[in-house]
Amino acid sequence: MTALGLFNYWAVIFLMMVGFYTLIARGNLVKKIIGLNIFQTSVFILYITMGKITGGTAPIFVEGGEDVIYSNPIPHVLILTAIVVGVATSAVGLSLVIRIKEAFGTIEEDEIQDESL
Amino acid sequence: MDDRVILRVGAKILIPFILVFALYVQFHGDYGPGGGFQAGVIFAAGFVLYALIYGLENVKKVLPPQAVYICSALGVLLYAGVGYVTMALGGNFLDYGVLAHDPEHGQHYGILLVELGVLITVFGVMVAVFYAFAGRRRADT
Amino acid sequence: MTDHLPVLLVVVPLVAAPIAALLNHPRLSWAVAVAATLWTLYAGLELLSQTMASGVIHYELGGWAAPYGIEYVVDPLNAWVVVIVTLIGALIAPYARVSVEREITEDRIPLFYAAFILCLTGLLGIAVTGDVFNVFVFLEISSLSAYALIALGSDRRALTASFQYLIMGSVGATFIVIGIGLMYVMTGTLNMADLADRLPEVASSRTIPVAFTFLTVGITLKLALFPLHLWLPNAYTYAPSAVTAFIASTATKVAVYLLLRFFFTIFGATFSFDVMQLDRILMPLALIAIVAMSLVAIYQENVKRLLAYSSVAQIGYMVLGISFASVLGLTAGILHLFNHALMKGALFMSMGCVMYRVGSVRLERMNGLGRAMPWTMAAFVVGGLSLIGVPLTVGFVSKWYLVQAALEQGMWPVAGVVLLGSLLALMYVWKVVEVAYFREADPELGISEAPLSLLAPTWLLVLGNLYFGINASDSVGVATRAAEMLLGVLS
Repeated sequence: MTALGLFNYWAVIFLMMVGFYTLIARGNLVKKIIGLNIFQTSVFILYITMGKITGGTAPIFVEGGEDVIYSNPIPHVLILTAIVVGVATSAVGLSLVIRIKEAFGTIEEDEIQDESL
Repeated sequence: MDDRVILRVGAKILIPFILVFALYVQFHGDYGPGGGFQAGVIFAAGFVLYALIYGLENVKKVLPPQAVYICSALGVLLYAGVGYVTMALGGNFLDYGVLAHDPEHGQHYGILLVELGVLITVFGVMVAVFYAFAGRRRADT
Repeated sequence: MTDHLPVLLVVVPLVAAPIAALLNHPRLSWAVAVAATLWTLYAGLELLSQTMASGVIHYELGGWAAPYGIEYVVDPLNAWVVVIVTLIGALIAPYARVSVEREITEDRIPLFYAAFILCLTGLLGIAVTGDVFNVFVFLEISSLSAYALIALGSDRRALTASFQYLIMGSVGATFIVIGIGLMYVMTGTLNMADLADRLPEVASSRTIPVAFTFLTVGITLKLALFPLHLWLPNAYTYAPSAVTAFIASTATKVAVYLLLRFFFTIFGATFSFDVMQLDRILMPLALIAIVAMSLVAIYQENVKRLLAYSSVAQIGYMVLGISFASVLGLTAGILHLFNHALMKGALFMSMGCVMYRVGSVRLERMNGLGRAMPWTMAAFVVGGLSLIGVPLTVGFVSKWYLVQAALEQGMWPVAGVVLLGSLLALMYVWKVVEVAYFREADPELGISEAPLSLLAPTWLLVLGNLYFGINASDSVGVATRAAEMLLGVLS
């Protein structure tokens, strides 16, 4: 039960490690951005998982239902902000990649380093 | 793209509904799920779809890049403007309660106006990002 | 209006940024930037005097009471940080006009100012907010605009520097979000004061130490503590001069503030230093940063890169002060926030003057500059003396307190390392002085003194270095108040 009950958290850790590894190990700048995105997505899932309450329904007010259990909407709101930040980061990152491609003619990190010398 | 009739006709039918749905998400956002972020993205998606089917040049006739640029700045001003008005009316920053005689109505107007500001900025930024990437030629060609 | 100062401090530049973008005219956008920075300086000074006179200021956004609503809290510590940021901002904005016209293409200048003001907004927001998630949002506002600003540098390597900063900065910010999320799941609150109340109950769980670790790594990435400083040298070297001067004297300072806020106000000194034993990791890293980065700086041929490595070493001094977790140590750390902003601001601004006239800041191009640009190089010398810690400059004051804090705890070797750092600083500053004053200039180049609009802000900072070095009672007073408040000695 405990191992399966924490399924979401396993998924979070898996995605986090996949993203982080891609970010560190790949020399291609676009792949780095993708790794960063996966890494950030894992955090989104972490937050959304935290907001879930067992037996809770969507946090929309139900008429006349005093004993309705709602899921916690605050992590969703927070993570909506983080998603927007993530989109902005990707946009800035990818536009930098385009400019790097124009300036160096490549988006492979090692080739850029050779170029810079 | 002249020969792809299904896409052209399909897009023409879909785009109005996408735009209306964006407005629904926006104006329903005070009591239900929704709000400016989502509405802005959906609204921008309508224009992006148009650009994908009919080409970037055509969508730029409807929505010039200059207008997009102004939109992305204007939304922030609207958002902060609401904050200034609430301060001028004696409340704290973004204290919507002072916007109307009945604080509940004030909250209502306030959240809709602020979310409208968010919608305009998110829409502007999304389309601007799309223009910036789609309008760029490949560096090596 | 004074009631609304905490929020106006952030919201006025927030509005100024889109206005600067909308005006879309180099001079008009610049005027907006100057007006906005002057306003924030006024608001910052006003807030500092208010909070020193009458204690902590609370401001509820939207009228929603804390801990449910977002609250801005101003106490001596963050008012101090606000004054540092706004002071540098208000000097950089007038400085930027001439410098930026030379280094950035004209069509990008309005957007440069918009990004500059947004970066300022973000930094000020981090400083005044009392809500941990709000910290993350403002952190990203300042970071994203900083990436854009750095990428505007004229060298193409500015792009890769900015990209590297973006990757490492985003990882740091994401670590901070994870830490905040884990704290939220254990306590159900995001308000700093409320978190401080509720954390002790759950501090023995496994989640909170994990949250603490994520936050530590995330924040130290942002403040470029050795060995997480790799983004900093390139970013400082290739960014436009005005941007380097601004970011070098503000962004890392605000990150140090976050470190103080999280470790002392939220987790509490007992948890951070007795349970988690943070000093055991911070102190060695700080000492390595001081020695190793000063050594690396000695071998640099590009003066901006030399100063960038020196910045990493100086961050070591701040963190060293914090790692003592004593009133004297914290005073030294908080004091050095301000003093380092003064000296590095002056040094990078004088390098901006050199960049303006010479077009490069490499050592081999600076032969004999001491005669060609006497005022610029004199500013560099005074800033350099301050960096070394010569008496009558601010650098001396912070080192004095740092050495005292080390001796108070009987740590003679640490005091020795601080003095060794000064010696190494003397070596790298001398390297520049030697080239500028003791080598013959190439007379054909015809280099003349930098224009007044660059020199005046630079010299204001230089005079600040001297003034606060001679009359340190004001700055030491605020720093001591802030340190006592953080450790709960006073309140």
